[in-house]
Amino acid sequence: MAVVAQSSTFSRIFWPTVAWLTAMIFFFPIFWMVFTSFKTDADAVKPEYLFFFTPTFENYLNMTENYDYWRFAINSVITSTFATAFALVVGVPCAYSMAFNPTPATKNILMWMLSTKMLPAAAVLYPMTFLTKNFLGIYDTHFLVIVVLMLINLPIVIWMLFTYFKEIPKEIIEAGKMDGVNTWGEIKDILIPLAWGGVASTALLCFIFCWNEAYWTVRLTTTEAATLSKLIEGNRAPEGLFFGRLSAVSTAAVGPIVVLGWFCQRQLVQGLTFGAVK
Amino acid sequence: MANLNIRDAKKAYGNTEVIHGINLDIEDGEFVVFVGPSGCGKSTLLRMIAGLEDITSGNISIGNEVVNTIAPSKRGVAMVFQTYALYPHMNVFKNMAFGLRQAKMPEDEIEKRVNAAAEVLQITDYLNRTPRALSGGQRQRVAIGRAIVREPKVFLFDEPLSNLDAALRVQTRLEIARLHQSLGTTMIYVTHDQVEAMTLADKIVVLRSGIIEQVGSPVDLYENPGNMFVAGFIGSPKMNFFSSKAFTRSIATIIEGAAHGDIIGIRPEHLRVTTKENAMLSARLELLENLGENVLAHFVSQDDTALIAKLDRLPTEKIGDTMHFTANTNLIHLFDNKTKIRK
Repeated sequence: MAVVAQSSTFSRIFWPTVAWLTAMIFFFPIFWMVFTSFKTDADAVKPEYLFFFTPTFENYLNMTENYDYWRFAINSVITSTFATAFALVVGVPCAYSMAFNPTPATKNILMWMLSTKMLPAAAVLYPMTFLTKNFLGIYDTHFLVIVVLMLINLPIVIWMLFTYFKEIPKEIIEAGKMDGVNTWGEIKDILIPLAWGGVASTALLCFIFCWNEAYWTVRLTTTEAATLSKLIEGNRAPEGLFFGRLSAVSTAAVGPIVVLGWFCQRQLVQGLTFGAVK
Repeated sequence: MANLNIRDAKKAYGNTEVIHGINLDIEDGEFVVFVGPSGCGKSTLLRMIAGLEDITSGNISIGNEVVNTIAPSKRGVAMVFQTYALYPHMNVFKNMAFGLRQAKMPEDEIEKRVNAAAEVLQITDYLNRTPRALSGGQRQRVAIGRAIVREPKVFLFDEPLSNLDAALRVQTRLEIARLHQSLGTTMIYVTHDQVEAMTLADKIVVLRSGIIEQVGSPVDLYENPGNMFVAGFIGSPKMNFFSSKAFTRSIATIIEGAAHGDIIGIRPEHLRVTTKENAMLSARLELLENLGENVLAHFVSQDDTALIAKLDRLPTEKIGDTMHFTANTNLIHLFDNKTKIRK
């Protein structure tokens, strides 16, 4: 008994400490970013102002006045929303057919889709830039960003939806067939209501990935369709690093998505544990 | 209301054929039970009738119309699934109304039908509940109700009772029998439980490995099984099978026309205890199972064949003692050793 009590006291203290430390390590850069965003560029690099300084909103005001923050933010909203919507429009029927009408090739197709995520993006950078700029003429358009964001997230969207749809008993879909619903009806009236948590959390995750995407949005846009990632990148400033300004821009870029995630937390957790409650 | 005819129906998945050419005629209003061990193809055959599996070759017709390529909902059949397969996000009323709404039936007619079915199945009080809030038995009633409201020509039941507990199973079985009496609609019922088959069926279809072993009324299959498989499958406990070596007398003197190599089948309920002089079989008592109304006694015969006898009451003999049996000769079944077909 004594041994049990001892070990439980130990783990009561040890594991929470480890957990808190890990959390702090992950949280610290974000904290530091927000913290620094309230310093002037000059203060941000001075060691004497590391912790004690006069907070200022100058960076934020500067950002909205001089760098057109809202245009970038609106671009981010537009591209992420449409990319997510289109990814679902393609992904839902795709996952539906693979979950309920599997063929011997289904597994391979799923693996192949996932394998596209293993391709280094840089490998197709030149053809992508060349094609979109010189050939198709869609460089720096919302259309291009939406298509690219949709395509790079599609494998994950389909995989997630497939997993959720697999949880739904086949008989329920068959009962629907007996009741005379067509394929669209099966998806609309049975599948989506049943897998609602899963669909919502897939959409949310996809939206977050789209919002945070930087590699392509930075490289395939200049001004017209530039997203918040591009704004951050643009503030990397050739004159040197303006930490205060950069921190403010970054904070303003991740802010909306953090708030969204916070509000949808319940939905996310519900979606991720969907299979357990049925 | 309609008769149903199956002609040379085959089903293959890739190169694997699982249904090997079924021929079957089901009369209008008949209660037909498909029975057989798991993997025999009974559910597949039912699903072919339902339209959930396509037919590789052959024809299935309902009311003299070939339905091979007709959508499930247009075949005039309704199915009750083993797992109920209710729509979890709809309440009981909506579950039952769903098919009718798909068919664009007027709302007042839907209400009338659902309420009538709910009345019959005694689920009127639960119409606003979701399936989650119902017990297993209630869910099964809703599933049956969902089938009834569509007023199908043929009802299909896929092992509807196997998820219920024993008491509820007996009760629901009765309700299904009653339902068949009152509706008079053709019903096809799949089960692996031969008691369900015996009690419900007008006609039993025994399947094994994708072929029909025998078709007949329950009594017919019980009294005149066509082969060893059917003989062993119908009846509980199952029929005892012996070689002639198990008998104390030459088999030819017991049954006319019996050859030495034949397999002899006697049902446990047909073995009668007798004296050593009158016995055709002697066996050592191994185990007793007292069921109250009768006793299942397990024996080992002189050539080490296990057998069961259904006795009226506990025997005075002890475990290890030898008991002697005889049986009415017209209740003894002879099977050819090679073909397993009844002689």
